[in-house]
Amino acid sequence: MTAGILDSASADAGARPWRLALRRLARRRAALLGLAVVAFFIAVAVAAPLVAPYDPLATDWRAVRKPPSALHLFGTDELGRDVLARLIWGARASLMAGLVSVSIAVGVSVPLGLVSGYLGGAVDGLLMRMIDAMLAIPFLILAIALAAFLGPNLTNAMIAIGVAQTPIFTRLTRGQVLAVKHEDYIEAARAVGNSHRRIVLRHILPNVLAPILVQATLAIAAAIIAEAALSFLGLGQQPPAPSWGSMLNTATHFLSQAPWMAVWPGLAIFSLVLSFNLLGDGLRDALDPRRG
Amino acid sequence: MTTFLLRRLALVLPTLFFVSVLIFGLQQLLPGDPALAMAGEDRDPAVIAFLRQKYHLDEPFPVRYLLWVEGVLAGDLGESIRIKRPVRDLVLEKLPVTAELAALAIVIALSIGLPMGILAAVKNDSAVDYAATMVALWGRSIPNFWLGILLILLFSVEWGLLPASGFVSPAESLSRNLATLIMPAFVLGNAIAAVMMRHTRSAMLEVLSSDYVRTARAKGLSETRVVLHHALRNALVPVITLGALEFGELLSGAVLTEQVFTIPGFGKLIVDAVFNRDYAVVQGVVLCTALAFILLNLFADVAYVLINPRLRE
Repeated sequence: MTAGILDSASADAGARPWRLALRRLARRRAALLGLAVVAFFIAVAVAAPLVAPYDPLATDWRAVRKPPSALHLFGTDELGRDVLARLIWGARASLMAGLVSVSIAVGVSVPLGLVSGYLGGAVDGLLMRMIDAMLAIPFLILAIALAAFLGPNLTNAMIAIGVAQTPIFTRLTRGQVLAVKHEDYIEAARAVGNSHRRIVLRHILPNVLAPILVQATLAIAAAIIAEAALSFLGLGQQPPAPSWGSMLNTATHFLSQAPWMAVWPGLAIFSLVLSFNLLGDGLRDALDPRRG
Repeated sequence: MTTFLLRRLALVLPTLFFVSVLIFGLQQLLPGDPALAMAGEDRDPAVIAFLRQKYHLDEPFPVRYLLWVEGVLAGDLGESIRIKRPVRDLVLEKLPVTAELAALAIVIALSIGLPMGILAAVKNDSAVDYAATMVALWGRSIPNFWLGILLILLFSVEWGLLPASGFVSPAESLSRNLATLIMPAFVLGNAIAAVMMRHTRSAMLEVLSSDYVRTARAKGLSETRVVLHHALRNALVPVITLGALEFGELLSGAVLTEQVFTIPGFGKLIVDAVFNRDYAVVQGVVLCTALAFILLNLFADVAYVLINPRLRE
């Protein structure tokens, strides 16, 4: 009974800061712009079959490397495929890589961070040394090594990026747990006889979510760049399926003849990543009460 | 101090252990028989038998791991299957190229990031501060391989000022060496400059509001002297130690930059090895990278304590 009252009290108290944060976010123009661009890219990716002007895989030997025109707004590539259509379908690979790999990272590392921070002691020590080891290998190099051994395709690239991002989230979650675990309301929850599981899931987790959400938004930006990088190196999405990174790779062979092939995919990656970064920065400011 | 050093060193050992397990364990990710995967497309039975014996593939994982560690400790990182040369020699051969690229990138990053960070802190909440934040956001968001391509488009294809790719050793011609490296170094330095700027800005903001800066101002010193002489010297400590953490970013960036500009360095070595399924080279490069990162962090931590007298005891 008491545990139930405590739960609903903390749930009530939990809802208000989130609403306040949303209101603060709505006042930040840069963050809203980021959100709008992200929403635009998601809409385009979802509606790709409807909005793409051509089949992204359809080659046309009469239209090889044609500069932008009314017929092909962003020009065509070395096989006469429409660059705009490939960009639109490529948004799917990029967004999926961003969302899936960060979901993998969060799904693995939040439970690890919760356990590590809450239990402390030998479990914590062991886990943290393993995390240190993963952090010692630069993010992209770890992702390249994983993708190389797993085999080059988009699914493995997403797994590799997700695994490579795990240490950051584990550290972050653990740090947050350490910060709240001796707070009065946790002590109170413990005093009324809640189980460890209940304390961690109902009382600690909701209170450490905000920084994880901010980090996740910024990590999506990093994951999108990483997927583009892996595809650029030939370790991500395999041709002929469209992806922004592999489009850039192909473009490097035709820089003097068809510069537009290099401009659009890069611009797409840049604007999507910039938008996630703007949104992440805005969320961080909105969720931090000190920043008002 | 000695206790700190010992404690810090004691933390390195488990990290090294897990790094080595992780890197060696990568092999386990290979689908199917590693010998088949390593033998390439020919799948010559003699090669497979040789690989099986050479890498002790019939032994259990812990035994293979110990044998591998024994080799690594003796300086043997294995042999490249494609190039038929020891991995150690390949790494030592490519390292100077990447080191020069990285050093140039750091010089560029510092010469952009430091002044921008100082200006942004001194003119806090002004248009300058805002502009610096924008530049930092740009540096964080632009994929460096795309920036490289854009620079090649402008400076090589359009204006014909700089070579688009390749590498000339400084011993051969210093001017041509710099001409081939200036664009990649800028691309690599660009992202680090953004981080440096943020570190410098926040360190300077903190120092500028401290008591001794207020005292220096009260003594009637000029603002330039206060900023450069009193504040910057103290703000630099965290900037430099945090900068050491950017080493990973630098190496990750080098992989892509070297690929865009066809520079035969460390990054190109790992990418080529991945495509040649030359797994010993991949493992060797990753191991050296991790080792360098761990040592650099150790030095940075020790330097931080040595420079900061309050932490010494």
